[in-house]
Amino acid sequence: MSTQETNPDSIVEMPPPIESGHGDPLIAIRDLKVYFPIAGNRNVKAVDGVTIDIYAGETLGLVGESGCGKSTLGRAILRLVEPTSGQVLYRNNDLAKLSTRELRKHRRHLQIIFQDPYASLNPRMTVGQIVGEPLDTFRIARGRGAEQRVQELLETVGLSKRFTKRYPHEFSGGQRQRIGIARALAVDPDFIVADEPISALDVSIQAQIMNLLEKLQREKNLTYLFISHDLRAIRHVSDRVAVMYLGKLVEIAGAKAIYADPLMPYTKALISAVPVPDPVVEATRQRIVLEGDVPSPINPPTGCRFHTRCPYMIETCKQVVPPLVEIKPNHFAACIRISPDQPDIEKVAPGAAPGLEAAEQVISQ
Amino acid sequence: MPLSKMNNNGNLLEVTDLRTYFDTEDGIVKAVDGISFQLKRGETLGIVGESGSGKSVTNLSIIRLVPTPPGKIVSGKVIFDGQNLLTLSNEAVRHIRGRRIAMIFQDPMTSLNPFMKVSRQLMEMTRLHLGHTKQQAYEHAIKMLETVGIPDARARANNYPHEFSGGMRQRVMIAMALSCEPELLIADEPTTALDVTIQAQILELIKRLKQATGTSVILITHDLGIVAGMTDHLLVMYAGKIFEQAPTKELFATPGNPYTKGLLRSVPDPTAEQGELYQIPGLPPDVAHLPPGCPFAARCDRVQEICHREFPPFVQLTADHCSLCHFAHEVYEESRAEGARSSESNL
Ligand SMILES: Nc1ncnc2c1ncn2[C@@H]1O[C@H](COP(=O)(O)OP(=O)(O)OP(=O)(O)O)[C@@H](O)[C@H]1O
Ligand SMILES: Nc1ncnc2c1ncn2[C@@H]1O[C@H](COP(=O)(O)OP(=O)(O)O)[C@@H](O)[C@H]1O
Ligand code: SF4
Ligand code: SF4
Ligand SMILES: [Mg+2]
Ligand SMILES: [Mg+2]
Repeated sequence: MSTQETNPDSIVEMPPPIESGHGDPLIAIRDLKVYFPIAGNRNVKAVDGVTIDIYAGETLGLVGESGCGKSTLGRAILRLVEPTSGQVLYRNNDLAKLSTRELRKHRRHLQIIFQDPYASLNPRMTVGQIVGEPLDTFRIARGRGAEQRVQELLETVGLSKRFTKRYPHEFSGGQRQRIGIARALAVDPDFIVADEPISALDVSIQAQIMNLLEKLQREKNLTYLFISHDLRAIRHVSDRVAVMYLGKLVEIAGAKAIYADPLMPYTKALISAVPVPDPVVEATRQRIVLEGDVPSPINPPTGCRFHTRCPYMIETCKQVVPPLVEIKPNHFAACIRISPDQPDIEKVAPGAAPGLEAAEQVISQ
Repeated sequence: MPLSKMNNNGNLLEVTDLRTYFDTEDGIVKAVDGISFQLKRGETLGIVGESGSGKSVTNLSIIRLVPTPPGKIVSGKVIFDGQNLLTLSNEAVRHIRGRRIAMIFQDPMTSLNPFMKVSRQLMEMTRLHLGHTKQQAYEHAIKMLETVGIPDARARANNYPHEFSGGMRQRVMIAMALSCEPELLIADEPTTALDVTIQAQILELIKRLKQATGTSVILITHDLGIVAGMTDHLLVMYAGKIFEQAPTKELFATPGNPYTKGLLRSVPDPTAEQGELYQIPGLPPDVAHLPPGCPFAARCDRVQEICHREFPPFVQLTADHCSLCHFAHEVYEESRAEGARSSESNL
């Protein structure tokens, strides 16, 4: 790493783009930062300036390598961790500015399901108690009414209503994940953060849970933030995909476009690293193998955070933090070496940075 | 020093009717129940299957590391280069393990000692198995770390395992496994805990080292994408049995078993349109309490009455393609017809 050579004063931080599109977002995230203080007066910059809209009824997929800040972003939206700065708007309400009572009223509409169905369910509570708890917390139902609702919920997620008296350890991973989903659905949410909901499950069970989440989305008009490091799953369930690298979003596009036509070098490498279950394709496939590991979010590289591993890196990349730019319609990427006129980095002249001008225009506006 | 490079039709490993059972409170778990396969020198064999299907126990049995009790190899032969490993003395097996057969696991910390410098751990391997002097062993350790792509290997050799990232630890474990140039490398989910970009690095590394040394590999994974790119032959395991075995290309193109077909279809295809994903209903069975008949019957989409009653036969479809199913021929012919249709539509 040659980060020490660059003078921090010369680093240009560009403003995030305003997204065009689909009417009012359900969730609007504005320049969100979540820093975790650690020893020595330093910070882990887990989320570092994320701006994105999530529209009602869509599934936004969030991918990136472990530690890049996906879970932290999801949790910050729900205020399970306190953002350091920036805003999260739910139906145009800034959740940070609400009173406790108002927050509580809105909070029930935002739910989360976790990766680890083992750890996220209290082992000493019965399935009935686990699924029924939010009904009580949010004062939705009590007694017989609650019991009935719990049974309905279990059936909705494909479990027998006879399971209410049983404990989590008596269930398989896939069944536990269903219990977690039933619990999230109890309060009739309209937004669910699904944080690696299938990563701990077997292939056959993964397919069951993905189908269940899609069925529920259709039936209940749910909006999902679907977090995963599995690009095949993300491609399957998402309408749009956001790619995260070291606390920042580096590419946002439709699920099909991100797969067929990744623009930013990190996304290209990520997509090319996914093994394709087809020996004929695999035999002829050229893979971009990135060198080295993901750098630490405590002291992330200057400029473009991907520059330490990027095969296309030029000196300017160490100095300019690339903004997300709409390179193609509804396809945003953060890389100074591409632009709407020159979207294909392979065809850009050696050393050229056509995105730099576009980026500077964003600044001067 | 490889002993008799005797030719068993070019087979380095021949496993015959291997059965490994565990005696548990819940009854006898037939983790591996009568499996047979061969591995030729220089080839890579993939083993796929869901959690609990017996992949790891198969390999622990081959290298005689099944925890006993509760586990016990109750029958079978494991012929490695002409010798039955199951009847060798512990001493003789220990000499083969690490030297001629090496292993890498999902969690590198199961093979690395957290309290010992990486260099020393590598040196112990070659001092023990190859009789290296301290100096030779040290230079060899550095060379191995360089081979697996540890930057600045000479300096990093003095680090402890926790000072490495997950991907680097995996590399160190691979360096250790390969330091005596084994003839067989067994890799049990070597990249499952890693990110895709690091996974790609490790898989490329295994491929490259295999090409350079001609080592045979057994690669265990639940990821059909990984086996597609890495293996020559494939075993599909379910409930302790081999449900299907075939050359990798053939298994993907013309599966002859409903379980294999279901598995292949339940993996999202990134190049296809979205839509409902095929799902195998139900759960993998409890191998301590298998019903009579086919263990997949409760989940199979083409189950017939006979499947609940009779255990299916292991049907030979082509010279090296077998499937455990009452309707193996029919399923295979269907796959061939589907294959022909889809290649027509691609024209
Ligand atoms: N030490 C043990 N004691 C009792 N049962 C065991 C033991 N080790 C394995 N088993 C059982 O043997 C069966 C096969 O286990 P194995 O570890 O081979 O599965 P696997 O295919 O490797 O699964 P995974 O994909 O989860 O690693 C399972 O039912 C398991 O519970
Ligand atoms: N409570 C915490 N204290 C300190 N660091 C944290 C905390 N939670 C997360 N982090 C760090 O923040 C970064 C992003 O973490 P996370 O959001 O969990 O990543 P992902 O979900 O993408 O794997 C990581 O470096 C992680 O170690
Ligand atoms: S800005 Fe530079 S370092 Fe970053 S992705 Fe683009 S070319 Fe690579
Ligand atoms: S034997 Fe019957 S149940 Fe078993 S895989 Fe074949 S068709 Fe299905
Ligand atoms: Mg996470
Ligand atoms: Mg295993």
